[in-house]
Amino acid sequence: MMETLLLALIGLSPPSNVRAYDTPSDGGGSISIEWQLSPDDAQLEGYEIYRSEDGVEFERLGFIGKGRPFYEGNSEDGKTYVYKVAALSDTIRVFSQPSNEAMSSPQWVDMYKLNIFVAMLIFGGFILYFIYHAKKGKDLYIRKIAGLQAVDDAVGRATEMGRPILYILGLGYVEEVATIASLNILGEVAKKTAQYSTKLIVPNADPIVYTVASEIVKESYTKMGKPDAFDPESVFFLAQEQMAFAAGIDGIMTREKPATNFLVGYFAAESLVLAETGAATGAIQIAGTDALAQLPFFITACDYTLIGEELYAASAYISKQPLLLGAIKGEDWGKLVIVLILLITSIIGLITKFPILSLFS
Amino acid sequence: MHKRIALVLVFVFGILGIIPFLIPHPIVQNFDEFIRNDILRILAAFALALALGSLLRVHVDKIRRKRVNWQYSWILILSFAISSIIGLFGGVAGTGLLKTAIGSFHFDIQTLYENIIIPLASSMFALLAFFMASASYRAFRARSYEATLLLVSAFIVMIGFLPIASSISSRLPAFAQWVLNVPNVAGQRGILFGIALGAVATSLKIILGIERAWLGGGK
Repeated sequence: MMETLLLALIGLSPPSNVRAYDTPSDGGGSISIEWQLSPDDAQLEGYEIYRSEDGVEFERLGFIGKGRPFYEGNSEDGKTYVYKVAALSDTIRVFSQPSNEAMSSPQWVDMYKLNIFVAMLIFGGFILYFIYHAKKGKDLYIRKIAGLQAVDDAVGRATEMGRPILYILGLGYVEEVATIASLNILGEVAKKTAQYSTKLIVPNADPIVYTVASEIVKESYTKMGKPDAFDPESVFFLAQEQMAFAAGIDGIMTREKPATNFLVGYFAAESLVLAETGAATGAIQIAGTDALAQLPFFITACDYTLIGEELYAASAYISKQPLLLGAIKGEDWGKLVIVLILLITSIIGLITKFPILSLFS
Repeated sequence: MHKRIALVLVFVFGILGIIPFLIPHPIVQNFDEFIRNDILRILAAFALALALGSLLRVHVDKIRRKRVNWQYSWILILSFAISSIIGLFGGVAGTGLLKTAIGSFHFDIQTLYENIIIPLASSMFALLAFFMASASYRAFRARSYEATLLLVSAFIVMIGFLPIASSISSRLPAFAQWVLNVPNVAGQRGILFGIALGAVATSLKIILGIERAWLGGGK
């Protein structure tokens, strides 16, 4: 009775139905608090969240602006907490009733990511299915990719001109997919340079990528039966600093005048510096990256550009191994499913947003 | 045999890389952190030593064989030696054993970085403007259907964002924005779908040992 009278005097209503629960799908250490907004929400500055371990002494946990009925607070796993939410206007605080007791604990499965996991399984299934078919000797058609068809010509051109091939792996670290894809292509290109005894230059920006690239080129030369033709100094570490790396490569391009430049991997702002210098030296340039912002620069300054997924498919395309081609086929089916989902959801969206059906009723 | 060990390691660590994405429990997350940060840092330290060895080997060889512009290799070797001594004995901010200040003149690693490396990198970055101009010229020569399309759309977007655009046509700024927001974003999203699926497929191929080009190819 007394409390109702006091609230009527202040003229503010507190938030209600405060509910606390362990934040789902997290690694623990967090409790989520939800409440129903105060009827006077428009007059408030916001809400203060208070926490208590014993239900008597409450400490301030945080603040959130008006109109928001949710807060995620830190907690110690295994401890029980009770929460109160206060509506705040100037210096006046009107407290809610205490929430239920809540305790946080770490979860073993992130339920929010289960859909991604299922999609990954379906997509993986497609790939494995087509690999299985490829294994049985089924002929798989893969569309032509101009940039990859040009690899043989590019190596041949360098051999005829007696000039080297420059292979740039970009700035990416070894764990990035673009770098891994580039390393795969390097393996195939190195086999061709070994076959034609063409000089290959591979400058690197990352120490780990350098060691891996060096091993790959060496293995490729061994595979082609020419281990002695491998020059350990053809694969080297240049500089880790972005623009120092670009300057170093520009120097190599102008001094060595490579017949062909491969710019394959992850690139940032230095992409145009490299591609334009390469174009100025008259080299054939094959670029490939998954960095969207750099694609226009490569398309403009290079003869061929592998866009996004073409970069990942390149190794399979060059090696023509049936198992790898099967994986590409599976990838295409995955894309088809996505396109169909997009199409169906777009049609549903069109029908519900623009009620075209009502025109016929 | 060594290839089989490499394939087993890739399979095990590939799977270990996927699991933390789905399991938020601290036991799994801490183990992932340990592999990604601690183990990778140790590997990186060894790789750095190898990489620096490679860098010096290439330049010493260049000097020995008097290749084109071999004189510049001396600058690299001297810079390498000086910065190594200052970095190892003087510390990053000049708090080490070696004195890295003479009066108000400081030459600790941090100062060298801020006053030599950053201005040099900025100069290289500034060159981008000239490269961009020459690349634009190349792109705008409209040699093919795609180049013409690029030229027309770039022209519309550029003009559309100029203050003069609304005096040409009141609809031009909105149209330029539409070109940027709809066809441009649609194209980018299409590429992103391909990139995402391609990344999953590439990872799967490597984890399952189907893609072996990184091992020099073969079975």
